[in-house]
Amino acid sequence: MIDFIAIVLIVTGIGFFAVGSIGLLRLPDLHSRLHALTKADNLGLGLVTLGTALLAGSLATAIKLLLIWLLVLAASAASANLIARHALERGDER
Amino acid sequence: MNALLWTLLDLLLAAMLLGLGWAAVATRDLKRGVALFIAFGLLLALAWARLRAPDLALAEAAIGAGLAGALLLAALRDEPRHEKPAAAHSRAGLWTLNLLSVLLAVVVAWALLCALEMGEGLRLAGAVTDHIGQSGVSNPVTAVLLNFRAYDTLLELAVILSAVLGVLALGPARRGYGLPGPVLGGLIRWLVPLLIVTAGYLLWVGAHAPGGAFQAGATLAAAAVLLRLGGVDRAGLPAAAVSRWLLAAGLLVFLGVGLSLAGLGYGFLQYPAGLAGGLILVIESAATLSIAVALALAYVGGWSRSGSTQPDSTQGGSH
Amino acid sequence: MLPAEIIFGLTGVGLFTLGLRATLLHGSLLARILAINVCGAGVFLMFVSIAYQGAAAMPVPDPVPHALVLTGIVVAVSATALALALGRRLRESADE
Repeated sequence: MIDFIAIVLIVTGIGFFAVGSIGLLRLPDLHSRLHALTKADNLGLGLVTLGTALLAGSLATAIKLLLIWLLVLAASAASANLIARHALERGDER
Repeated sequence: MNALLWTLLDLLLAAMLLGLGWAAVATRDLKRGVALFIAFGLLLALAWARLRAPDLALAEAAIGAGLAGALLLAALRDEPRHEKPAAAHSRAGLWTLNLLSVLLAVVVAWALLCALEMGEGLRLAGAVTDHIGQSGVSNPVTAVLLNFRAYDTLLELAVILSAVLGVLALGPARRGYGLPGPVLGGLIRWLVPLLIVTAGYLLWVGAHAPGGAFQAGATLAAAAVLLRLGGVDRAGLPAAAVSRWLLAAGLLVFLGVGLSLAGLGYGFLQYPAGLAGGLILVIESAATLSIAVALALAYVGGWSRSGSTQPDSTQGGSH
Repeated sequence: MLPAEIIFGLTGVGLFTLGLRATLLHGSLLARILAINVCGAGVFLMFVSIAYQGAAAMPVPDPVPHALVLTGIVVAVSATALALALGRRLRESADE
């Protein structure tokens, strides 16, 4: 039963990653691409982490996995902010 | 069915590695090439994990992708042009090069396949597994690095020291970065202590799980890179006098342990049974500090103007 | 089924050749350093593929090539740093 829930979570997470990648390829400008990347990819990572935490053997491993997700969340939020601000200051919309 | 899925994963990973490697070297824009190289390094870490080499995966993600990418980006910042010059090669020269490359690839692939087939020959892995009980640690890679082939690691520390001495001799530090905004500042304030604690953990856990001095040193160097990007020109390193000692500490401690053991009658770097674990930890701690200071100085580019944390750039944001 | 070591070993050969060709082809120093790093990654892949002894064959893969490649990764980054510092100095003295 737990395996089934974990598999559903992981597959949903992969779906979000796929949507984020399609957004990266298809959206018109930098800011909307950043938006797709940070939102969709981090949610996908959270779901994949939750799924693997369920499959993990011990509570310690599960907590470590969730801490990894929080770290990636903080780092990607900060770098998205920096990239967007830099692009805004330089004024190009590539 | 299981084997088929694993093979599919391997083929996908291999195809992406080749694609990213090709794109990283073939693109005209150097900044894009470096970004692709960082992604290539991270995928390579996945390949190491697939090939049952977790120590290598940690080291590749930290050093091969992270620090190498940071070094290349810092160098790119000083480069006036970011586009590769259009190469003026003759058609005949280009085709000769392509032909020779294909021939080289075929020959090396054939040699590799022969080597893989002879795999049941003499292997050192058996010897390592037999003697790992006496080595003082239970992680086989750490045992090989710091006990069975300790001499090689000693010489490697000397090579790193020589490279950093070269970097230090070639000029002062690169120009610094401006003061960070609230987002970057907050991130640095949280990440740097976390990185220091993680480095200590990696050093300690290297004895019985994947980890060790190199990964720990690289994590500390990553903290130094973060500090430098946040406007601290000295990247958190102590004053030059102390940094010089830290740089040499790994090599000195390693040599010191080896020579004292030789003086006491055990032979150069032959650890006595029972003391091996403790000696390895002492050597690894000194090596971690040395590697961290070496990689941080290599990133900064040289000795920075002492004591100054004021940036010399006039723009407000970071580049 | 293709075992993992053959797939990754041949990938290593491909990366080595690609990197070598790019080093000989391009003029800019930074591009060459990038290509040499890719070349080195190919060599490491070849090494570790030979060390990999199959998922069930032996309990642990051969640790000696792992240690050698670990050493190689760190030395490669140090050499890259030295090469970049040399390039910067060359460019500065050419501008004077």
